[in-house]
Amino acid sequence: MSRIDQMFARLREQEECALIPYIPVGYPTAEGSESLIRTIAESGADLIELGVPYADPLADGPTIQEASLTAVSNGINLKSCISMVSTLRDKGLETPIVLMGYCNSFLAYGLDKLADDAKEAGIDGFIIPDLPSTMAKPFVQIFEARGLKNIFFLAPTTSEAREAAVVEQGQGFLYCISVTGVTGERKSLPAELRDFIHQARQVTELPLAVGFGISNEEHVREVSEYADGAIVGSALINVIKQSASNEIETNVGEFIRQLKQATRKAAATL
Amino acid sequence: MEGFFGQYGGAYVAETLIRNLEELYGEYERIKDEEDFREEISQLLKNFVGRPTPISALHRITAELGGAKLYLKREDLTHTGAHKINNALAQAVLAKRMGKTRIVAETGAGQHGVAVATACSLLGLKCVVYMGAVDAERQAPNVQRMQLLGAELHLVHSGQKTLKDAISEAIRDWITHVEDTHYLLGSAVGPHPFPNMVRDFQSVIGEEAREQILEAEGRLPDYVIACVGGGSNSIGMFSAFLNDAEVKLVGVQAAGEGLDSGKHASPLLKGTHGIIQGSLTYMLQDEDGQILETHSIAPGLDYPGAGPQHSYLKDTGRVEYTSVNDREALLAFEELCRKEGILPALESSHAVAYALKLVSQLPKDALVLVNLSGRGDKDLSQAIAALEQLKNSEVLV
Repeated sequence: MSRIDQMFARLREQEECALIPYIPVGYPTAEGSESLIRTIAESGADLIELGVPYADPLADGPTIQEASLTAVSNGINLKSCISMVSTLRDKGLETPIVLMGYCNSFLAYGLDKLADDAKEAGIDGFIIPDLPSTMAKPFVQIFEARGLKNIFFLAPTTSEAREAAVVEQGQGFLYCISVTGVTGERKSLPAELRDFIHQARQVTELPLAVGFGISNEEHVREVSEYADGAIVGSALINVIKQSASNEIETNVGEFIRQLKQATRKAAATL
Repeated sequence: MEGFFGQYGGAYVAETLIRNLEELYGEYERIKDEEDFREEISQLLKNFVGRPTPISALHRITAELGGAKLYLKREDLTHTGAHKINNALAQAVLAKRMGKTRIVAETGAGQHGVAVATACSLLGLKCVVYMGAVDAERQAPNVQRMQLLGAELHLVHSGQKTLKDAISEAIRDWITHVEDTHYLLGSAVGPHPFPNMVRDFQSVIGEEAREQILEAEGRLPDYVIACVGGGSNSIGMFSAFLNDAEVKLVGVQAAGEGLDSGKHASPLLKGTHGIIQGSLTYMLQDEDGQILETHSIAPGLDYPGAGPQHSYLKDTGRVEYTSVNDREALLAFEELCRKEGILPALESSHAVAYALKLVSQLPKDALVLVNLSGRGDKDLSQAIAALEQLKNSEVLV
């Protein structure tokens, strides 16, 4: 069983929701990145979504755009992301890790080489926001052969017919987009979210993780009631932005612990 | 596969947008051949846009260069002053028929933004235009026009602050407002079905021109030339001649300060395969797949990708792609003003510049047709300043 499957199976037994933080590799600095990712893992992340810095991230709002650009200007590319994971694995980190990046970074690297290097480094899968399932075949074939998961999205706008097709191809978990929009913090989660997840639950056994707009403990607690994972990106980046450089790790650790606690309080209705 | 030209094209977009793209494709396929849709578009093109635009023979330049006979297809004479209005009106009518009430658009040179603002004003649609802050500064008259026409203008301060960044912001807006909003993309780029749809709406240029040159000269031209940024005016022009094997088609990209200077906008000459803004095509990127900055004096050509059909036409060899630098384009801009009383857009000046080089090498009985995609009023202050600088620097040398 893959690391991702094992993690969701374990949490299902414990009636917990997975906490899935997102952070671009090389943010806020290239030097501090490895240690910060380890802090995130050790503070309670169940799966880490590592961003491959891209200068034109179409599905992302201003917070992640800016963070991604900072990471690009810190000299981080896909190669350094892969070697970062390799280093973390060598030092014993077992948390599942997926790379989140845009098609073009992966194409430029070469899909076959990517799959080999990612497998070797200990990466568990990919989240590619501009690769809808209909375009994904060449990617999936190559990744699947190495046991790497290709994680697909469901949006509130995804039609039922299409949902069936996405579910068919889904691996690891499904990334359910909470809103029509780009990433970024929001005051409250949409009222329809519960129904959307409930609907998806009817058609798939795959774990359902909710992302976009999940900004605080309250949101995580709410999502934990009906989903299997909560993905937090912009809010985490904002914690980093608002911290003095010597307090980043402390504040991030505290934030992750709070969020993780929120996944435990409510028994997920699985 | 649907939406591909060979290996190029596709729809590499966020899942949230898929339903809209599928809806757009379905509705477009359903409506495009309906009699009353075609009639509405053709009435608007005739009575509002002022079509057909003429072709003009350039007598003085032809006599002076002593080579082939040169014709311009006069898209500068359309209402709003560029070919962009053909597509903007047609898509706005389509959006309205689809029940959309809000239009978002991007603009580089401002010509597409003005065209969209005009179409929305005419049809009573809410209009939001994204424009790079740098472009807004160099195209101030168009900014004023859009605002006067009632468009809500958002200046984009991310990235290079030009066309690519404006497209990204327009796409983000669309992802956020998918229910009531149509994204009125202005070039033959982006995800399927835009490259097909924009080409179809611009094909009126080539259809008219083909008929007009046959009437004027009794035969097809030897060369058809158009500038290529995203590539909508050129694909509209070329599409009517693709099956005429004897007609040579030439797409002119912006060489900026030179193809080897790193400061250009010629992805079809210097680019590699990649995915940019929803489609697989030739694009300018570094080895990590990061989109490279571009440069051209013509904001409408200042784009790091090209429409997927152009990538396909390049590989098949049906169209020859070449480039013209800033200096040559500026001199052609001035030449056309001085000798023929026509003020071309800086974008179109690239096509004219290439044609001026070509005609003197051709026999007298050869025929060259250039698409003059827009007029240069918007470029006046920038072009005059650049020309002055050019002449001063060349005097000093």
